[in-house]
Amino acid sequence: MTNTLWTTLALIGLGTAVGAQDSNSLSIEGESIVTEVAAPAHMENVDTIYSGWRFRSAETQALEMDDFDNPAFVFVEQGMDLWDKVDGAAGKACSSCHENIEDFAGLRTQLPRVDDGELVTMENLINECRTDRMEAEPWKWSKGKMTAMTGLIGVQSRGMPMNVAIDGDAAPFWEKGKELYYTRVGQLDMACSNCHEDNYGMMIRADHLSQGQINGFPTYRLKNAKLNSIHGRFKGCMKNIRATPFKEGGDEFKALELYLASRGQGLSVETPSVRN
Amino acid sequence: MKRALILTLCTAFGATAVAAGDVKPADVVYEDGVVSASLTGQAGDAVNGRMVFANRKQGNCLACHANSDMPEEGFHGEVGPMMDGVGERWTEAELRGIVSNSKMVFEGTIMPAFYIDSGYERPLDKFAGQSILSAQQVEDIIAYLLTLKDS
Repeated sequence: MTNTLWTTLALIGLGTAVGAQDSNSLSIEGESIVTEVAAPAHMENVDTIYSGWRFRSAETQALEMDDFDNPAFVFVEQGMDLWDKVDGAAGKACSSCHENIEDFAGLRTQLPRVDDGELVTMENLINECRTDRMEAEPWKWSKGKMTAMTGLIGVQSRGMPMNVAIDGDAAPFWEKGKELYYTRVGQLDMACSNCHEDNYGMMIRADHLSQGQINGFPTYRLKNAKLNSIHGRFKGCMKNIRATPFKEGGDEFKALELYLASRGQGLSVETPSVRN
Repeated sequence: MKRALILTLCTAFGATAVAAGDVKPADVVYEDGVVSASLTGQAGDAVNGRMVFANRKQGNCLACHANSDMPEEGFHGEVGPMMDGVGERWTEAELRGIVSNSKMVFEGTIMPAFYIDSGYERPLDKFAGQSILSAQQVEDIIAYLLTLKDS
């Protein structure tokens, strides 16, 4: 057995064609949603990016097309209650300072972003309001109150294209996120890219591998019947490959969130999406 | 009998401790990715190998490789090559190399190395210092794969 033959066989094995996303188009409540667009210039190995919606079954897809059918809206409604609820020593609710929730249209598309030299996500902004202005306890990163609020604020941007800054102050964070994306970890020794770049469209047992886009978060998952945070999902992926997850809200996951958001530039915000 | 008991206990605890007499993961000799010597010195059990192949907590090979020999399993992966005829395409020694550490032959492959216990980063604590499969499980899978012939 020569090395040449091994290599040839390896290339055949690795070069399997991808492209098993479907050709359905998504419109939610009459609004057309971009689920496919040319990949941003910084992505060297992918020509077209697709929303995870395109990899799901027709039944799952249908749940996202109508807000009445979308189970995530139960939690968005809870977010609306929290929005008006006074909490903390300052005696304020979100609505004490923010007149209209609709004013947050566009915010989801730009996060995470750098504020005063620090990379911040929507969870950071919400908790900053809670601790500094409301003098209330911060919410836990992936628990129900936080995901209800990120869902409520996120849906205000639904249909708008993802558009995070990756240059200037953001560049070093973005580079770090990119490095993490391509770094193998865990006993299974896999990087994000092994599944979500090299093999999207393929079945991994019963699951259809997507590109791992985050334009629909927080996302309602049928497997756990709740809204799931971006970092919570990262954690699940890492455990699947038997790796010790990074901390939710920590520097690694924030950097990875920025990098992944940038791999979805141009896709519509789908928050709150429905997935497996 | 004693060996069977040890293996049972190892499996029960999700561990893959090296049984006495097995070639340790770090001591496996690869020649161009091929591993000639048995990891256990004993014949593999194809029947058990078939179970290890499908078991999600053991080989979970079916997650990536479709296999017509397992019509009873509902979902077959398609990330790696199909297993049909694999026992004719590769020799026993080649299969031992591929299952133990495919990166020795397929550079950059997504396929995990099933018989290494170091060299990976940030493992969950309960898997640190462990190989995914035991030496006997690797031998069992090889014995099973060798039964998969075309036609």
